[in-house]
Amino acid sequence: MAQLTYRAAVARAIAQEMRRDDSVVFLGEDVAAAGGVFKATPGLLDEFGAERVRDTPISEQAILGAAMGAAMTGLRPIAEIMFADFFAVAWDIVVNEIAKSRYMTNGQVSFPLVIRSGNGGGLRFGAQHSQSVENWAMAVPGLKVIAPSNPRDVIGLLAAAVRDPDPVLFFEHKALYAAKGEVPDGEIVDELGTARVLRRGRDCTIAALGAMVPRALAAAGQLSSQGIEATVVDVRSLVPLDTATILETVAATGRLFTVEENPRLCGWGAELASIVSEECFHDLDGPIVRITTPHVPLPAADVLEDIALPSVARVVESVRTAVG
Amino acid sequence: MTSTVPDLPDIASETRMELYRLQLEMRHFEKRAYDLFMQSLVKGTSHLSLGQEAIAAAFGVAMMPGDWTFATYRGHAHTLARGVPMTAVLAELMGRANGLMGGKGGSMHLTSVEHGVMGSYAIIGAHLTIANGAAWSAQYRRSGQVAVCFFGDGTTNIGAFHEAVNFAAVWKLPVVFVCENNLYMEYTPIAAVTAVDRPAADRAAAYGLEPVVVDGNDADVMYQTAVRAVERARSGAGPSLIEALTYRHGGHSRADPGKYRPAEEIAAWLERDPVPLYRSRLLSLGVPRAELERLEQAVAEAVDLATEEAKAGPPPAPELLMSDVWADGGSSWRN
Repeated sequence: MAQLTYRAAVARAIAQEMRRDDSVVFLGEDVAAAGGVFKATPGLLDEFGAERVRDTPISEQAILGAAMGAAMTGLRPIAEIMFADFFAVAWDIVVNEIAKSRYMTNGQVSFPLVIRSGNGGGLRFGAQHSQSVENWAMAVPGLKVIAPSNPRDVIGLLAAAVRDPDPVLFFEHKALYAAKGEVPDGEIVDELGTARVLRRGRDCTIAALGAMVPRALAAAGQLSSQGIEATVVDVRSLVPLDTATILETVAATGRLFTVEENPRLCGWGAELASIVSEECFHDLDGPIVRITTPHVPLPAADVLEDIALPSVARVVESVRTAVG
Repeated sequence: MTSTVPDLPDIASETRMELYRLQLEMRHFEKRAYDLFMQSLVKGTSHLSLGQEAIAAAFGVAMMPGDWTFATYRGHAHTLARGVPMTAVLAELMGRANGLMGGKGGSMHLTSVEHGVMGSYAIIGAHLTIANGAAWSAQYRRSGQVAVCFFGDGTTNIGAFHEAVNFAAVWKLPVVFVCENNLYMEYTPIAAVTAVDRPAADRAAAYGLEPVVVDGNDADVMYQTAVRAVERARSGAGPSLIEALTYRHGGHSRADPGKYRPAEEIAAWLERDPVPLYRSRLLSLGVPRAELERLEQAVAEAVDLATEEAKAGPPPAPELLMSDVWADGGSSWRN
């Protein structure tokens, strides 16, 4: 067991999979010689060489097209899209090509590939380098969508994503790269499609994703001191979605709060709210409450960005008001 | 364009007969696809290669088993070029269970992995980047495979084209980019929307590649060009960008009568129709007329037979709707 940062976990996960399987290759902008702009991939070029760890031009379509073509012909590529906002530049390759080609060809081709990307806000980068775009991905049939909240999950879920036979969008959170966590020694492989219950409490369920998970946990701690006991679920995997775990906790607590960094409309919590209201309506003691970023682009100024993103205080206040 | 009567290259007579057979098959197939469309047996849309057959046929003959084809929504000919049975393609156009993809893809997405046809892509430019990925895989695995990617002149004005050609050149990938310049991006003359005269070849220098412009209506010229480019890729010398001049006999798609084209232009290009052109070539080389007629008869009968077999196919089973989103064969997104 060792303390590891979230960014170091990324490199460890990629190295773990590249050592195990020669068909795993890695490409992206500044990922090899420079070790990544977030310093999440240093050392990989040295260990695995320039044939497997490749720097690319600033060409997001070419990067993702190369990953797709390589995946359909026997490799297991990991591609990096530096900032998740840049998915918009290459969304055609993701949505029209990677996500649909297995279906359109009646199962003739497989796409065992992972696209890692720095997602989310909190670093004062402004509207084009801060978005949480996991809900874009969730809306497209054919993509698996993962967002880890801690270093151990980065390793286990990234390893599972690499080994998965389907395309996985892997949303790392930029604001978490420096976060530390306990990570066991040796190989770690987790399971896609599984949420994790981080804390059990009788009064409500708080479901959160990515950087909202530590905030939900902090909020649960404060609520506990005020006499409200929250269950906290780290959703981890939007597709496949572990509805069983979420429904089970909501049935036990009778309340659901979602903490979402994505802008309000069509966020992942809206889908969760729909499922819960359809399938365990009679277990609910009150309305489902979504705590989200408002439906605006993210501002750069720290004061404004802090108001925009769901904060610990906002979670505490929302839960207290509703559950009181 | 190179001369219309090239120095006749040294091409084996069996190779020439195969080039003719493939062009004939494509010609008869495309005409049949059109007829079936008029009978409402083919639905949606379709983009025919009538007039452009020599390019796909030449590459079909020049490529080796194991090489990969990446085609566009105008991909019937390129699919047939790799030996995919006509019945399966026609049935796919008709949305039948015996279609190449069980009816799930349709005219614009023909794919047959077992024949090396790695897909037909209907968003302009994307598949150049995907062909790069296959070529990268061949390079990494040292498999000697080559990816050949076909596209139209209009593609040279989209960003993905430029990203892909640069990427292929920098990584020295075994990929051949084949621009079928039929003079029109959909309905608009390519010259009206392009800053250079040769939409592909005039861009080659920007990526350190040789400009190559060839007569896309001459199957011998195309075959030699294809052999050279495929060998270059296979030898590790990197990508090629070929601009093949050609002309589609019809409109862009089923919905387009192509009336924006001057009558004299159409007439001039019909004079250079690749199929009769090649027939004359074979006759002048001493191939007996009767042998050609036997082949023509056989291809026409094969298309008739394929049509009947395709029509006989049942519609897809409803279960197919929910299959093969994922590698486990299903479409479940939750537990």
